[in-house]
Amino acid sequence: MNRLAAATAARGAATARRQRVTDLSAQGEPFLWALGGALAFGCVMIVGFLALVFWNGLVTFYPKPIAAVTLANGETIAGEPTRSERYKLSPELLAQLPPAAKAEVEADDGYAMRTLYRTGNFDIYNEDFRWVPAFNVAKVEYPTGIIFAERIEWGIFVGRIKALETGETRREAGSFTEAELRAAHEEARARWARIRHIEKNEIGAVNYRLDEERLRLRRVELSKGADSPAYAEAKARLEARQAELQARYDALATEAKALRAENEAQRIVLAEIGNQEKILPLSALVQFYEANDIGLFAKLGVYFSRWWKFLSDEPREANTEGGVLPAIFGTFAMTILLVVAVAPFGVVTALYLREYAKQGRMVAVVRISVNNLAGVPSIVYGVFGLGFFAYILGGSIDQLFFPERLPNPTFGTGGLLWASLTLALLTVPVVIVATEEALAAVPRSMREGSLACGASKWQTITRIVLPRAMPGIMTGIILAMARGAGEVAPLMLVGVVKLAPELPVDGFFPFIHLERSFMHLGFHIYDVGFQSRNSEAGKPMVFVTTMLLIGLIALMNASAILIRNRLRRKFAGSQF
Amino acid sequence: MPAQAATANGGTIYHLKKGEQGSALDISDFCLWYGSSQALFDVTMAVERGLVTALIGPSGCGKSTLLRSLNRMNDLIDGLVISGNVTLDNRNIYDPRTDVIALRKRMGMVFQKPNPFPMSIYENVIYPLRVDGVRDKGVLEETAERALKGAALWEEAKDRLHESALGLSGGQQQRLCIARAIAGDPEVLLMDEPCSALDPIATARIEELIDELSGHYSIVIVTHNMQQAARVSDNTAFMYLGRLIEYGDTDSIFTNPKTEKTQDYVTGRFG
Repeated sequence: MNRLAAATAARGAATARRQRVTDLSAQGEPFLWALGGALAFGCVMIVGFLALVFWNGLVTFYPKPIAAVTLANGETIAGEPTRSERYKLSPELLAQLPPAAKAEVEADDGYAMRTLYRTGNFDIYNEDFRWVPAFNVAKVEYPTGIIFAERIEWGIFVGRIKALETGETRREAGSFTEAELRAAHEEARARWARIRHIEKNEIGAVNYRLDEERLRLRRVELSKGADSPAYAEAKARLEARQAELQARYDALATEAKALRAENEAQRIVLAEIGNQEKILPLSALVQFYEANDIGLFAKLGVYFSRWWKFLSDEPREANTEGGVLPAIFGTFAMTILLVVAVAPFGVVTALYLREYAKQGRMVAVVRISVNNLAGVPSIVYGVFGLGFFAYILGGSIDQLFFPERLPNPTFGTGGLLWASLTLALLTVPVVIVATEEALAAVPRSMREGSLACGASKWQTITRIVLPRAMPGIMTGIILAMARGAGEVAPLMLVGVVKLAPELPVDGFFPFIHLERSFMHLGFHIYDVGFQSRNSEAGKPMVFVTTMLLIGLIALMNASAILIRNRLRRKFAGSQF
Repeated sequence: MPAQAATANGGTIYHLKKGEQGSALDISDFCLWYGSSQALFDVTMAVERGLVTALIGPSGCGKSTLLRSLNRMNDLIDGLVISGNVTLDNRNIYDPRTDVIALRKRMGMVFQKPNPFPMSIYENVIYPLRVDGVRDKGVLEETAERALKGAALWEEAKDRLHESALGLSGGQQQRLCIARAIAGDPEVLLMDEPCSALDPIATARIEELIDELSGHYSIVIVTHNMQQAARVSDNTAFMYLGRLIEYGDTDSIFTNPKTEKTQDYVTGRFG
């Protein structure tokens, strides 16, 4: 009895000593803060990245004013102020400065401000951009009448319009109105577009047909021999066609030549700020505007017309000018082909692994290998794609179906098809893993219900399991698509090129040319940013192209997610 | 029909009510192992054609396993070993030459939880015909109506045949599953605790339905609810630890069981 009382008392004391307040770590508050902080940090990074890209991308095409800067030595330069920064002068440079400037720099611990001007006129100055230190500036003005012109060649021109020449007659600036100039320019541009159309499409078509005839002859030669009657017949046919096509070519060439002569006759005389003149055909100007004179609406007009040109034109000037239409199209086509290839392949593989294969060591090894594939560097896939798809598969296809074109490869080199298949291989683990998860998540009761109705396993899979797993499978495909669309390294080996103005789609049979090399926005970013002659000129284009790539991927993902959500809604209300 | 005099076979006491058309399924010396653990021991019983046979017993006694052995649903489980025979029309369903899919078409099955497919009510009901490749619209519609009427769901569902089956209540879903099970016109209906996920009102409707269906189909029902077994069945089999202890007419099992185990169980002393 006594012992019991003592034990009770001891227990009471122990209870009293036990802490009654739950401490912070037990409540989990600090961990909650850490979790929230991690999320916030991630969000800030993503938002910051997007803000940087979008801000730089969106302002690129907005016309900036042009400053005319008079330097201390009396020289004048004109250009768009691009950015300013503080920099440290080297001692040698400092020693050479005039005393006033030297004192100014020394007062600032050897630092000075400088501004980067986009001066353009690469053909005259041999540079596009110029740094101007603040101590070197005597005067900055924004004079009227200065134009900013985009040219077909040599980049931009900053200066004034001096005169307009038509044939031998020269009209000085002031003797014609701006409307007249604009009308003449539009005419010249229309002629230029016509010349391009003739050269690219019509003469292109003639060349294509000529090539086809030649290949037909070669095919006959390969199959029947060079001294067979069939060969002689084909040769006669080729000659007849050749004459006919030659006549067509000559007509087109004459038309183009006439138009070109007309364009050559219509010239504009431009002068840069130091009055050096530059005479060029009016048609060589893509677009021009008086940077310091135009109002908000005119600026917005320039802004949107630049965007339109960017989205709908082919690249010029080593990709730093012009548009990116081939790259947009290439990225889009490649991603669609990638999905077309990866979805059935991944789903079928996962179906077999999950539904049919006997779950054992072998399947475990396969599954681990598939997961490991996702960790292989993408360039390795590029090497594999080039070696296997392009050289072995493509080479065999060429041997079998296009022997007449050899040694020129048709499928035996990088191209849209091989690039898509390489990326499909790269992203297939994502689809397999997601599909397996989705299949595993289909309730057993569904399968049993179907089997009990007398459905075979295959019927159960196709009628019950797959439709129900579809949203999960779509998630996998979306992830694969996002990964594939953003991949660049392997593409450089299997078909992406710096410039491929020919779209993989045209009017010649079979209309979609999967063997053609193509352009890609991701590679375009790399090329413009790091491979162009002037990285300063490419920099804004990097942001714009990045923005475009992000937008394109977001658009494709959004449509895939929309489809998935529709599928999911179909199965909503399920009680399992 | 008078109960047969009690007989014993391998420890099982039999005194079942005989149907007029003989037996639909004959189970003889049926043993089953999940890997190395034995779940059924020498079960021998005949399911009478046109009658309702209830399987009762405490959890884990093997009654669901036995039910699922009848249409070979257990085939899905890895490491399953069986011995003994289950015959349907004098053919052993465990014969390697048996077409399992054809076999399942002769046996409808209703599960513990209602499991309608994520499709319309109509598509759910005609699913057995769809997998048979029936395309004739007239046949499909006729079957759907017949099955839904058979499952007492027609009045509630006829105006929403093409809406999702997942919008039905639990009890309606279970009746839909019964409609689906009888749409293929099976001979045997296997029910695995069909009312365990339902409320009392829905349960009462399903029980009524079982009553209506008996005679037309041979029904085997697994239940935990002894009142239910007493209400709906003609014969009741009591199983315990994988063995069939007593198999007899329902009245005797509940009022005058022949073994102490059965007595203990039906009076609620254990289980």
